[in-house]
Amino acid sequence: MSLKITKTPKCYVGGAFIRSESGRVAPMRDAGGGFVANLPRCSRKDLRNAVEAAAGAGPGWAGRSGYNRGQILYRLAEMMESRAIELADSVAITGEAEDGRAEREVRAAIDRVVHFAGWTDKYEAVLGSVNPVAGRYFNFTVHEPMGVVGVIAPDDAPLLGLLTLLLPAITGGNTVVALASEAAPYPAILLGEMLAVSDIPGGVVNLLTGGRGELLPAFAKHRHIRALAAAASAGESATLGQGASESVKRVVARDPGADWFSDRFDSPYAIGDLLEAKTVWHPVGA
Amino acid sequence: MPAKKTSAASKPTAPPARELLFGDLWEYDPAPESAPAFIDDRYPLFIGGEFTAPKSKRYFDSLSPRDESRLTRIADGGKADVDAAYAAATKAFPGWSAMPGAERGKYLFRIARLLQDRAREFAVAETLDGGKPIRESRDFDVPMAAAHFFYHAGWADKLAYLAPGRVPRPLGVAGQVIPWNFPLLMLAWKIAPALAAGNTVVLKPAETTSVTAMKFATILRDAELPPGVVNLVSGGRETGAAVVTHPGAAKVAFTGSTGVGKWIQHALAGTGRRLTLELGGKAANIIFDDAPLDQAVEGVINGIFFNQGHVCCAGSRLLVQESVAETVVRKLEIRMRSLRTGDPLDKNTDVGAINSQGQLEKIRELVRAGIDEGARIHQPACKLPERGWYFPPTLFSGVTMSQRVAREEIFGPVLSILTFRTPAEAVEKANNTAYGLSAGVWTDKGSRVFKIASELKAGVVWANTYNKFDPASPFGGYRESGFGREGGRKGMLEYLSLEAP
Repeated sequence: MSLKITKTPKCYVGGAFIRSESGRVAPMRDAGGGFVANLPRCSRKDLRNAVEAAAGAGPGWAGRSGYNRGQILYRLAEMMESRAIELADSVAITGEAEDGRAEREVRAAIDRVVHFAGWTDKYEAVLGSVNPVAGRYFNFTVHEPMGVVGVIAPDDAPLLGLLTLLLPAITGGNTVVALASEAAPYPAILLGEMLAVSDIPGGVVNLLTGGRGELLPAFAKHRHIRALAAAASAGESATLGQGASESVKRVVARDPGADWFSDRFDSPYAIGDLLEAKTVWHPVGA
Repeated sequence: MPAKKTSAASKPTAPPARELLFGDLWEYDPAPESAPAFIDDRYPLFIGGEFTAPKSKRYFDSLSPRDESRLTRIADGGKADVDAAYAAATKAFPGWSAMPGAERGKYLFRIARLLQDRAREFAVAETLDGGKPIRESRDFDVPMAAAHFFYHAGWADKLAYLAPGRVPRPLGVAGQVIPWNFPLLMLAWKIAPALAAGNTVVLKPAETTSVTAMKFATILRDAELPPGVVNLVSGGRETGAAVVTHPGAAKVAFTGSTGVGKWIQHALAGTGRRLTLELGGKAANIIFDDAPLDQAVEGVINGIFFNQGHVCCAGSRLLVQESVAETVVRKLEIRMRSLRTGDPLDKNTDVGAINSQGQLEKIRELVRAGIDEGARIHQPACKLPERGWYFPPTLFSGVTMSQRVAREEIFGPVLSILTFRTPAEAVEKANNTAYGLSAGVWTDKGSRVFKIASELKAGVVWANTYNKFDPASPFGGYRESGFGREGGRKGMLEYLSLEAP
């Protein structure tokens, strides 16, 4: 009998697989309480490093055409599809969910990636406008990414929930630093491996694992994070909003108990929540 | 045949236009606007469709910035008054939101028309109360306020077209707090979309400029707007805090300083109430060397001296390409000499009175800081009225990025001039601020306009123009200039929740 090679789970930051700079880990256990692996317990310093990576990747990602971003996102769906079984196992590993739920979650997650891949070159047509002002001006409103977006994933539907919050951000050209579910972080570890081979440039999506209580205030207060998309309880929302107010950061708070499978999350308005509208006036004249 | 030289330096220079200097040779005759403003001795609150004495029993004096005289007395709404206003708005919400959109729209059309009927009266009142030149209140503030009601009236029965794939629903009671720089216009920006979307309103006008808001209540009454749909609670800081933190609000909209905006965001954190903030700015107006300089100078003057610079989107930082900096500063100095600063009620006045003593002190303090930090000050010789709060139009040249006059919002007629060499440097300097409300770019090159406009981190960019506004045009900022937009389709969506069908 040959001994199984177990994986050392690492976080995906700046296109590389890292351990926490703090050297801390948290043991992950399966539903029966058995040891699975040690996961990084990321620190505020890890968050700062991830924000730096996300900020560095921002202009390049925002500068790509919608068509290009769409193909890259679709490529992520291809990478997930080929490892769908493994993803489902990762969802099921910590939970006691009913039969088939993990598989359904992975299917829904892949479908959502494909959905948003198709929005990259279309949301502007829905959200933007040419404005008929009373005067000789060509006036229009277009949308631009906010920059670095912080994502706080829910424990329920740890893969689908994470992607539901993360996809609108990167579809619109933002870059992301996400905190994976604390209770079920393993799908985010696998997702990192798929992001790494999906043509999404390093730094566009950065995934951290660690303690919510420890990291939420740091997400809220970091001035370079310009928006938060968070599955957060009322108490957590207050923490996030209070920290965010120091730099007038946008906060999109979702109910952590939401039905993440619902197609109401398939929407260009979720992309719009993480974009800035810019209105430009041009005089019309000789 | 030698190649034709094309560099700018070799262009034959036209003789400079001659400047006509009259000096003190002739005095301008006064040309005061004489239409009556019909300002009452005192104004109570407007709650549930009735003029209501404040439960607080307190009134405060409202002074006219033009001569520091007492204009009227304004009710100082207390917490119980704010509660009463929310109760009235909450009671009115079911009926107002269930009313067919076309009917709601008719009320807004009526309001727009009634405001147009009494435009001159409102313009004079606005100028007496706030200090802005009558030319601006008459030609900009009041007509634009009416335009906002007219524009949004038309949305009331067309909400279904705002967001494809979603069903829009009104939110409930909107708590709104507005600033003193465009009192009636900001009221229109807040009330018109809220009502068109089917919400009801509790609004607090600014402490120093409540007159036109309270006069507006008579228009609501004449329009027969159902009681409680709009409630106006005047007062100071505490009244404002009560309005924005009231649990009866489903939505809070605030226009004012970034400091107060942060306080509100902190206070509302975790409540789930919708919030839009339109806060401060430190806009860059960028002039490239190929720009039509006379046109640009005119735009810069308008950008900073419009409404005495009491404009959140004022072009208060001028970034000029080094090669034309000297020319631009000279042209600005010449243009500044013909600005008339003085009695805002005079139809020839360009720069009126500073809104309050406190604001005047703040401007003076920052201008002193500019001088202390080594910037060169330029002020035209002008005689200011002996009574009232006035500040002459002011330029600072040789300003560097770290100086306070380049970083802090002055909210007065003070322009800071910096220079740059390359487009990249211009963008870097323009974006080097926590704010991001507006920006201007002046160049003759179309492709450069689009490139620079796309790189500026600002919610509104004016290309070869400045300080243009329209109800159809979304307005609002990036970063610490706030979030949310007012005007156009985007502005309507701030007052609706989008539900899946």
